[in-house]
Amino acid sequence: MTPAVLARGVRVVLSGNVILRGIDLSVNDGEVVALLGANGSGKSTLVRALVGAVPIESGEVELLGKPLGGAVDWSRIGYVPQRVSAATGVPTTAGEVVTSGLLHGHRLRPPRHARRLVLDALELVGLTHHLDRPVRELSGGQQQRVLIARALVRDPALLVLDEPVAGVDLPSQEAFATTLGALTARGRTVLVVLHELGAIAPLVQRAVVLRHGAVVHDGAPPTPAREHGDPDHDHVHPHDPDEAFADTGVAGLRWEP
Amino acid sequence: MIGDEIAGMLGDPLMQRALLAALLVGLAAPVIGTYLVQRRLSLLGDGIGHVALTGVALGWLVGNAMNLVPHDVLAVPGAIVTAIIGAVVIELVRERGRTSGDVALALLFYGGIAGGVLLISLAGGTNANLMAYLFGSISTVSTGDLWLTVILTAIILVVGIGLRTALFAVCHDEEFARAAGLPVRVLNITIAVVAALTVTVSMRVVGLLLVSALMIVPVAVAQLVASSFRQTMGIAMAIGVVVCVTGLSITYWRDLSPGATIVVIAIAVYAVVALARPLLVRSRSHDPHPQVPDDVEVAA
Ligand SMILES: Nc1ncnc2c1ncn2[C@@H]1O[C@H](COP(=O)(O)OP(=O)(O)O)[C@@H](O)[C@H]1O
Ligand SMILES: [Mg+2]
Repeated sequence: MTPAVLARGVRVVLSGNVILRGIDLSVNDGEVVALLGANGSGKSTLVRALVGAVPIESGEVELLGKPLGGAVDWSRIGYVPQRVSAATGVPTTAGEVVTSGLLHGHRLRPPRHARRLVLDALELVGLTHHLDRPVRELSGGQQQRVLIARALVRDPALLVLDEPVAGVDLPSQEAFATTLGALTARGRTVLVVLHELGAIAPLVQRAVVLRHGAVVHDGAPPTPAREHGDPDHDHVHPHDPDEAFADTGVAGLRWEP
Repeated sequence: MIGDEIAGMLGDPLMQRALLAALLVGLAAPVIGTYLVQRRLSLLGDGIGHVALTGVALGWLVGNAMNLVPHDVLAVPGAIVTAIIGAVVIELVRERGRTSGDVALALLFYGGIAGGVLLISLAGGTNANLMAYLFGSISTVSTGDLWLTVILTAIILVVGIGLRTALFAVCHDEEFARAAGLPVRVLNITIAVVAALTVTVSMRVVGLLLVSALMIVPVAVAQLVASSFRQTMGIAMAIGVVVCVTGLSITYWRDLSPGATIVVIAIAVYAVVALARPLLVRSRSHDPHPQVPDDVEVAA
């Protein structure tokens, strides 16, 4: 069976700096893989390279069995970029942002039943009532969920998520884990960048850890070494990737809904 | 009587053509302006406008050399071609990185004006000949000019509104658009070319120096009251039409520059709406603190 994601020797150079030095990665159909590593280790750059958002200097990428480019069936791929905000210059509603997720490849206009699809996707992230609200009026966590809905709206077979629950409060994280669980139960493939496994931990089948733009671990997901149950825990994220394993306890304590 | 005065204005064929051109430009300019504001490229129109001046002078120079009558028949085609080339170059530079895009825009500003002035003097013209293009010359709109305006406006509206979701996607989040396999470069160049067409079509009405104002100010007003992208574009188009027609009408009775009058009215509208905004935007019926379970245990 062809893997959903296949990367061989992916090297990425951005403004003269080597960011990824030959990454090999494969994600099988129906698998849930977490991509871990410290800040700046290249997680976002890797997923950007995989979905064609940054150019690859050398190496190959295949998505759903097709080399990156026009041959890929983009309608079956959903991507959630790492973002603080879904808002931009002009007032935009949550519905409009999610509708843009219905376009892919050469489909440049939304389908006729777009509104129903958009409502369904917003329902998956619990934001049905915010369809016509400007995204800039939503909280950071709600904006993040709008971006998740934008990826889910085309019912993708492969989901690529870059820190989808960063800045999302714990109940919403759990709700997101439930949604993700339902998707994976239906055979969807997931590659998710995480800072901490958090609520998604039970779903993750395999973990790939990056350090300085190279894979240093590919196998069983790390188990939390210690719990950060202490409410004073101030969430300073480790810059030493070895500590990334230790820091997989409770997340998002500081976020308001 | 005011009624007679207005009937007189509407009965004047020169004024009829001018009003029609102003209406079309007011409708079209904010369409592309909405996309430019969305991607925070509000000054792109200015950059293209400056480049178009070189095009005007180039058209003049060629017309002169070929002994065409009048000498400036090629000025508008020259502006169109140069504006499109300039817009595509700006877009390709922007694609390569944000900082150099800013500098490239600055170079185009200065190069465009200096090139225009230099070429017009080579063509044996004076800077006074450029004034009509810099500040608008709507009172001299011919039937042929009007047809060109109609055609260009139709193109702008069909592309700008017909491809709205796709152009929105690429302006809203270019990275996501790439990851969806959308033809990002083609869409970006489409926006640049439509912006160039908008600049040249607006040139007659408000002049190259104020073209950008007509693209941006109505959008700035609409942003104050709209809650969606679609609404912003619609309101901006309505404001564009109203300020263009009103401004031009005023110049029928008072000897004022049409372009400057239109832009001043647009900015006045912005000021009034900004001040009246708290009254206009009724408080939205959303509870800012919905019932959501806490995610921390609070000691009772
Ligand atoms: N566009 C860019 N140009 C130059 N360097 C970049 C660019 N994007 C990211 N980097 C650098 O690449 C490294 C990895 O970044 P990133 O992939 O965002 O890491 P992570 O997602 O793991 O935190 C960082 O050192 C960052 O500064
Ligand atoms: Mg990142």
